[in-house]
Amino acid sequence: MSSSPQPVHAPPRAPIGFFRRYIFSTDHKVIGLQYYFLSLVAVTVGVVLSLLMRFHLVWPRAHMPFVSGGVMRPEQYLALMTMHGTIMVFFVLTTAPLGAFGNYFLPIQIGAPDMAFPRLNMMSFWLTLVAFGCMLSVFVVRGGAPISGWTAYPPLSGLGSITGPGEGMGQTMWIVSIGIFCFASLLASINFISTTIEMRAPGMHLMRMPLTVWAWFVTAVMSLLAFGALLAALIMLVLDRSAGTSFFIPYGLVVNGELQVGRSGGWPLLWEHLFWFFGHPEVYIAILPGMGITSHIISNFSRKPVFGYRAMAGTLCAIGFLGFLLWGHHMFVSGMNPYSSLAFSALTLSIGVPSAVKTFNWLGTMWGGKIHFDTPMLFSIGFISFFVTGGLSGIFLAQPALDNMLHATYYVVAHFHLVMAVAAIFGIFSATYYWFPKMFGKMMNDTLGKLHFWLTFVGAYCIFMPMHFVGLYGGIRRYSDFTGADYLVALRPLHMFMTIAAFATAAAQLIFFYNFFKSLASGAKAPENPWRGTTLEWATASPPPIDNFAGHFPHVFRGPYEYSVPGAREDFSPQHLPPSEVAGTAEGAPNV
Amino acid sequence: MSDTAIAERAGIGASVTGRNGGGFGGNGNGSGGNSGASHTPQRAYVTGMVIALSGIAMFFMALISAAVVRRGSPSGDWRPLIVSGWLARILWLNTLVLLGSSATMLHARSRARAGDETGFRQWWIVTSALGVCFLAGQLLAWRQLVAAGLYLATNPSSSFFYLITAAHGVHLAGGIIALLVVAFRPARRMARGTAVEIASMYWHAMDAIWMFLFFFLISGGRS
Amino acid sequence: MQFFPAFLRDASRRASLARPNSRMRGSDATALLLFISLIVFVGITVYLFATGYYAPPPPITPVGLQVDHQYALTLYATGAIFILAQLGLGFAVFRFRDRGKPARFIRGNTGLEITWMLATAAIFLGLGALGTKAWSETRFQPSAAGAIKVEVTEEQFVYYFRYPGADGKFGRLDPALVSAPTGNPVGIDPNDPAGRDDIVVPTLTVPVNHPVELLIRSQDVIHNFFVRELRLQQDAVPGMVVPLHFTPDRIGRYNIMCTQLCGMGHYQMHSFLNVVSEAEYENFLAQALKQ
Repeated sequence: MSSSPQPVHAPPRAPIGFFRRYIFSTDHKVIGLQYYFLSLVAVTVGVVLSLLMRFHLVWPRAHMPFVSGGVMRPEQYLALMTMHGTIMVFFVLTTAPLGAFGNYFLPIQIGAPDMAFPRLNMMSFWLTLVAFGCMLSVFVVRGGAPISGWTAYPPLSGLGSITGPGEGMGQTMWIVSIGIFCFASLLASINFISTTIEMRAPGMHLMRMPLTVWAWFVTAVMSLLAFGALLAALIMLVLDRSAGTSFFIPYGLVVNGELQVGRSGGWPLLWEHLFWFFGHPEVYIAILPGMGITSHIISNFSRKPVFGYRAMAGTLCAIGFLGFLLWGHHMFVSGMNPYSSLAFSALTLSIGVPSAVKTFNWLGTMWGGKIHFDTPMLFSIGFISFFVTGGLSGIFLAQPALDNMLHATYYVVAHFHLVMAVAAIFGIFSATYYWFPKMFGKMMNDTLGKLHFWLTFVGAYCIFMPMHFVGLYGGIRRYSDFTGADYLVALRPLHMFMTIAAFATAAAQLIFFYNFFKSLASGAKAPENPWRGTTLEWATASPPPIDNFAGHFPHVFRGPYEYSVPGAREDFSPQHLPPSEVAGTAEGAPNV
Repeated sequence: MSDTAIAERAGIGASVTGRNGGGFGGNGNGSGGNSGASHTPQRAYVTGMVIALSGIAMFFMALISAAVVRRGSPSGDWRPLIVSGWLARILWLNTLVLLGSSATMLHARSRARAGDETGFRQWWIVTSALGVCFLAGQLLAWRQLVAAGLYLATNPSSSFFYLITAAHGVHLAGGIIALLVVAFRPARRMARGTAVEIASMYWHAMDAIWMFLFFFLISGGRS
Repeated sequence: MQFFPAFLRDASRRASLARPNSRMRGSDATALLLFISLIVFVGITVYLFATGYYAPPPPITPVGLQVDHQYALTLYATGAIFILAQLGLGFAVFRFRDRGKPARFIRGNTGLEITWMLATAAIFLGLGALGTKAWSETRFQPSAAGAIKVEVTEEQFVYYFRYPGADGKFGRLDPALVSAPTGNPVGIDPNDPAGRDDIVVPTLTVPVNHPVELLIRSQDVIHNFFVRELRLQQDAVPGMVVPLHFTPDRIGRYNIMCTQLCGMGHYQMHSFLNVVSEAEYENFLAQALKQ
């Protein structure tokens, strides 16, 4: 029984009308779900694109569905690759962890009724949706989708269609889409930061916030400071393409036999600097929420406090800060000043330290624990494994001497897929399984969840571990096939293995979709606190009412991870219960 | 004291302080008569504006860094836009106008604090008008540049000039619209005092950013 | 629940009945499976990396050997961390699965935190420090005196290599004069006498054991010059000329690859580095000059 005071006025009722309630809602929970479903659509598109790519790499002459003309041409492969990267990085990894789960659970976990600026929140989502629409439109414009990669280096991306198919209207629409996305992200980050600072419930000190809230907060700050640089770069690129300016285009280019006149000495590396100044924090934006949810879930399912809570919060901030100082490690062989490469290298290696501290602390959280292996926990354990593997390959790439031989090979592709495509996605999966009961009031099927986990765990390692070897051997990335040079033919067995693993793992995701939608329709009714968690989202109904707490806003009496406290009544002490209600029995021993 | 604090005192939008012991369950009520109680404390709008300005500042820093890098580029084709003569005079005038608008805005707020509603509104409109004058002056500067044959793509320094002044102008135009909205719309979730405060923050920030951009453009000759 | 197959439905119902207030249960099988799968994963990975699975061909420069040495060091260090972390994870989930005992209430251990923070910092930064030599030798130091200079011009999707010829000087280039069909693919100004003896060929031929300096430039978009046996690569950025030097010590024919996405022919853009004997090199120059 909660001892919070009676509500001062009647709790608000949900808006009436389908559109106000589900489409144009300012309720952060609805908006969070809108972002979630957007990212589900985006990840499906992204996976299909990658399967087409993997198929082509092994059977380049085969006739393929979805491909106009039957046999995939090199520029079509590059277009798939560009769109795969762009959609995954922006519309899945920047959208689901922060936009979906952050929006849904940040206010609840700090005891607030909504975000600070609900209408701004709604606008952020709709702008993101418009951006996604623009992005998909590139498939149907003249010339097709751009071929310059998600990194869009000029002059390839800066001169229009003379540099290649898709570089005309397709590239322009791509720029417009990402520009709108930048703006949407900036608006969203204002909301996250203001809400965290100003709307915490009484007793919710900074050091009592769940690590998910810390992670979303740091991610939002990174987002705020990084997207401005990308927006500036995009504006300059669009001017280069359509107004004849020369921000990035040097003098004297001869493209396809045509001398480019009217250009003064723009510098392509300027784009690289601006883009990566955004791009490196962006990848931390993608992973940080996953780290937060991992800490949260490991603690919950080990029935132990997070080992080193302060260090965990501090390392999130350290990674956020250091993440802005590393961008040059994408440019070691770019022609950038080689002395600065050493500085970037040292900083890149040093960001390995807070990451390692987090890993040790996750192990420390499990150590001496009482681990339950429900599906959310399995995916969080998987997160740790993939994050370690992917992070360690980063140690190679962080050294410029080694980057000389590994840059732009499949070794890099292995590294970033392990951390982003697997670890970060595992974070999204574990968050989904964990919070599904709360969001929808139904339970997902745990057996299917475990099956999904095992197939994905094994499958993902099968897809991405061989890439290290492809890269070491000299397999170059962004190649549409491996027949251009003789030695590349030897890589075919590895590519075949990876393609089969990719199709199998993608098929395994159907189990997740089946589980998700069937549980949505007819899963078992979820209790208020199925995982016996301590944080505030478990102190309200499943799903929560419109103002999150039906007027009974919580007070916070303790930290977020008080599990198995000696002398407590239960093996978890919820944050919102006063001390008298968590204290143990007269005998003093906690109930197991 | 700040307008926000005045608004709080008047009970327009109570804030969640989060520091009362076992008191109130932290729900900030909207003022009586509002449809849809707002839970957002007035203080949050101020915080939000500070954060928004940080993001905007990063955007302008990116533009300026790009210009500095481009200016120092070994390609050696940076012909400084001669910001002297008529161009300098227009820009200096515009700068004074914008500074003046900040002054009139401060005056407007002091009128509001003194309870002089009419005075507030008058000086507030004057501020917006000065903002419009600034934009007109910028457009005039552009027209003069075009007349001198300096277009967007003519050379790197002209490209950056147009880009930087356009970016600032767009933000300022947004600010003018916000000022007019504050002057004429009734208070809803955001108390009028808060709206005035954050609009002022934005306006002064645009002024400060302009000073920074202006001195960069003026010093373009010496690299 | 009626849509789920019966066995899944019954399993869930049995599970929820077993623990009235909780939906969680430890599972010995899952814990063991996690531990074993991590052991298998670590075993396969360590084996493949340790035995040089798909290792690149041996390097052909002394700096290349340094790079390989640095790679090996990094592999040992990260390999040790990899084994410890993954097996530690597997062990932890197995050892501390729910076996009925309450969890230990531990908030942290500052001493341990500081220790492993310093240890990882020492390892990572130490690796970085050790790797600076290989980097500085190729990037900070200029090429040796007497290096053969070859200008590399890259464009969609070919390489051109220009030798300065007998006078040792490169002729002036003018982009307006670029015209591959008429035999002037890099745009040498015919009015410049220094350019008359310039040799432009599609593959790179150099003598063994002789320092070479490449001057890498691009005609259109960003390209790259990569030879895996050299353990070296460099982007070709339009508007810039970037030097890259090396001294090959083994005769052979090596692939030059473009690693920077440059358009639809990116996958086909490559050339050859021919490291030949001194005599053959002189022969090559003589033949080329005749044309």
